[in-house]
Amino acid sequence: MNVFFKAPGLASPPAGVSRRTILRAMGGVGIGLVIGADLSLSGGAAQAAETATADINPFVRIAPDGTVTVIIKHLDLGQGTTTGLTTLVAEEMDADWAQMRTDFAPNDASRYGNKIFGGAQGTGGSTAIAASFDVYRKAGASARAMLVAAAAKAMNVPARTITVAGGKLTSGSKTLTFGEVAEAAAKEPMPQDPPLKASRDFALVGKDKLPRTDNVLKTTGKAIYTQDIKLPGMLVAVVAHPPRFGARVAKVDDAAAKAVKGVEGVVTVPQGVAVLARSTYAAMKGRDALNVEWDEAAAEKRGTDALRAEYKAALGKKGTTAETEGQVEAAFAQQGVKIVEADFEFPFLAHAPMEPMNCVVQITGDKVEIWNASQFPAIDTPTAAAVAGTTPDKVKINGLWAGGSFGRRASSTADYVAEAVAIAKAHGKGVPVKLVWTREDDMKAGSYRPMYMHRVKAAVDASGKPVAWKHHVVGQSLITGTAFEGAMVKDGVDATSVEGAAEMGYAIPNRLVELTSTKVGVPVLWWRSVGHTHTAYAVETMIDQLAKAAGRDPVAFRMELIKDPRLKAVLALAAEKADWGKPLEKGRFRGVAAHKSFNTYVAEIAEITMLDKGYKVDRVVAAVDCGVVVNPDVVRAQVEGGVGFGLGHAMQAAITLTDGAVDQANFDTFEPLRMSQMPNVEVHIVPSTEAPTGIGEPGVPPIAPAVANALFAATGKPMLNLPFNRQTIGS
Amino acid sequence: MPITLSINGQARTVEAEPDTPLLWVLRDELDLVGTKFGCGQALCGACTVHVDGMAVRSCQTAVGDIGESKVVTIEGIGSREAKAVQAAWQDLNVVQCGYCQSGQIMSAVALLTDNKKPTDSDIDSAMDGNVCRCATYHRIRAAIHDAARRLEA
Ligand code: FES
Ligand code: FES
Repeated sequence: MNVFFKAPGLASPPAGVSRRTILRAMGGVGIGLVIGADLSLSGGAAQAAETATADINPFVRIAPDGTVTVIIKHLDLGQGTTTGLTTLVAEEMDADWAQMRTDFAPNDASRYGNKIFGGAQGTGGSTAIAASFDVYRKAGASARAMLVAAAAKAMNVPARTITVAGGKLTSGSKTLTFGEVAEAAAKEPMPQDPPLKASRDFALVGKDKLPRTDNVLKTTGKAIYTQDIKLPGMLVAVVAHPPRFGARVAKVDDAAAKAVKGVEGVVTVPQGVAVLARSTYAAMKGRDALNVEWDEAAAEKRGTDALRAEYKAALGKKGTTAETEGQVEAAFAQQGVKIVEADFEFPFLAHAPMEPMNCVVQITGDKVEIWNASQFPAIDTPTAAAVAGTTPDKVKINGLWAGGSFGRRASSTADYVAEAVAIAKAHGKGVPVKLVWTREDDMKAGSYRPMYMHRVKAAVDASGKPVAWKHHVVGQSLITGTAFEGAMVKDGVDATSVEGAAEMGYAIPNRLVELTSTKVGVPVLWWRSVGHTHTAYAVETMIDQLAKAAGRDPVAFRMELIKDPRLKAVLALAAEKADWGKPLEKGRFRGVAAHKSFNTYVAEIAEITMLDKGYKVDRVVAAVDCGVVVNPDVVRAQVEGGVGFGLGHAMQAAITLTDGAVDQANFDTFEPLRMSQMPNVEVHIVPSTEAPTGIGEPGVPPIAPAVANALFAATGKPMLNLPFNRQTIGS
Repeated sequence: MPITLSINGQARTVEAEPDTPLLWVLRDELDLVGTKFGCGQALCGACTVHVDGMAVRSCQTAVGDIGESKVVTIEGIGSREAKAVQAAWQDLNVVQCGYCQSGQIMSAVALLTDNKKPTDSDIDSAMDGNVCRCATYHRIRAAIHDAARRLEA
């Protein structure tokens, strides 16, 4: 174990901010950010210059002042991973919460890979805690063991006499702090299998008392995002992208753009035409002054109407079998069965995280340095290397806070990173370049949740038991043509297109799930909860239609059909907490949905009030089982946020195309949920000792069908097209 | 042309065209990056600052129009209301990605400075212009009520 002595200025910053990040954001030495930012930070940096910080292991660093910095290997896009992973280390080290700090890991899969992704470095699929629970506990436990070993030598006592609590090592009357023995501890051998605490001994994990590590930074404007990076000599690039996907630059007249004050250059890259300027506003003005002719020969020119007609036709043909059980056609042909059929339509959706995509790149010789809230360093690193014409080991990515993602920063093609590198390379002056997408650029850039259509045909027998379910999904594959194809597409079936419909949670003896993957020139990408965004909707609203056909209560109907006891338990808990079955006042209705995704179980019950025109969602009661909970308040927050995120899109958001061009541009036409539309959300957690599973996404899938089922209860009409505002609701 | 602005209680002179949005002067010229860019069209509230105490979208405010007015950003707030809002936000763990939260806090502080005991519908009208894509609305509402209680004390 080597001790790594930090260069001057790398003292431990407040939780969540990398010192390097701050210094670079300040322009190295700059007066820049220091004014108006926290002056004490720069003072602290100067003082810490003479002292050493010890790297105990790849995840734990201890400074002489006793601060423990946890190296976070997953992108924190708001889901609270930084808080969760820090909790695990503090728990096993017996540290004091106040001494904990965080920093983001660089791109280095050998130390920071994700075991669920086969060791590739990245964040997604709600895997951060699931994949790293043991990794961070072990890192904390081994750091503790090394501190104890070093303290035993320093105090000249046997190691077994030492107790650790609150960041202090005590033996009899002797006490040392973590900071005092850190340097010596780093030289101790690293234990291979350090003993971990039994869960009954947890003092922090699962306890409702730790504040988020990023609370102060994010309420004072001090958290640094990619958008906030400023480097000496940096230029800002704003790009004219083609109006249709697949179009190319044919001819550029950049005279007017170059005449804009502050513009330093105009370059053409495969993605479009970039204007580089000394300020963001000058770059935007320069971009507006460009005159570009586009070659649209290879462009996608179909609009939403044309796709709808093609998808509808595909629904009538046979798809590729994704899952089959029993004899579905024979079951439909039985005497006395009641058949329910429905076609569903789901629109393209933009991720539209609050921070539009951006990326800072500096190319120096064969080296590429990137500042980016990178969600998939495993994709961003080789892509940047290929575009720059160098090797991946020459690419360094500096991590930052992400202003949301919902999957967008986990681009399977590293699209915006590749664009930023291409611009820096084409400009060729070696200065840092910050690519900035405006909201309009971000919304029109594609990488959408694909448009899908589903056809579901299901039957209940005379006793009201579902006997057959046939489900056909039509839409683009997220995976085909990406680096993930080999692992995730089997026999022509992209598992992410049918997950949630295949392996459904209900015991129905005869089932067939089919998939038709379409070829459309619109880039698509996973979007918070991936395939479950549409499959859970079709399944859960269809179950309510079947319950109605069988004359049954939707909760009781589900309880009899659900196979997995954990799904049953969340449904029972939500029903109890929501007073399911107790009559509501006139004009108010309930709807329910329960769904497992990313190995986490969530049930949600929505209460709505029907208005003269439309409806309002008043209250949502959720129950969740995600195994062992590291931080209950973070779990609640993710479910609350998942409910709001899912609800806004279900109610009113869609990306549509006219002759291939995207109709929406900003938040006036792609309408996000707003404060006045947010229901009251209550989240109940099922206590569990199972292995921890994800929480960033599983709150999303049940909300749209729960509200749709409440509307179905109110109007008697199933909601088949999303978003709901495509239909007139209410009188 | 040189333009002098009052920012967080200090006179700051910047070189900018008068049509430049205040947002970009704050971020690019004055390095006050706590004020965020979200939409550029007064549709999301991420860029909210106070101009003479009023919550204003800096992305649609030209620097040439500000004159003598006093601009305060997230970096410069310090009133009783601001402290109550920040404390409530921290106690209730409101933030997720955090990118909208400077704007949310600036709107909430302006609301509470004006109205010591806002109702739910006051909160709806004051805060509907501030988008949170992480949908932390439910906690923002609770935190505003909590801050109002702190101010009573
Ligand atoms: S950036 Fe100003 S309101 Fe969105
Ligand atoms: S906290 Fe992420 S947008 Fe509000």
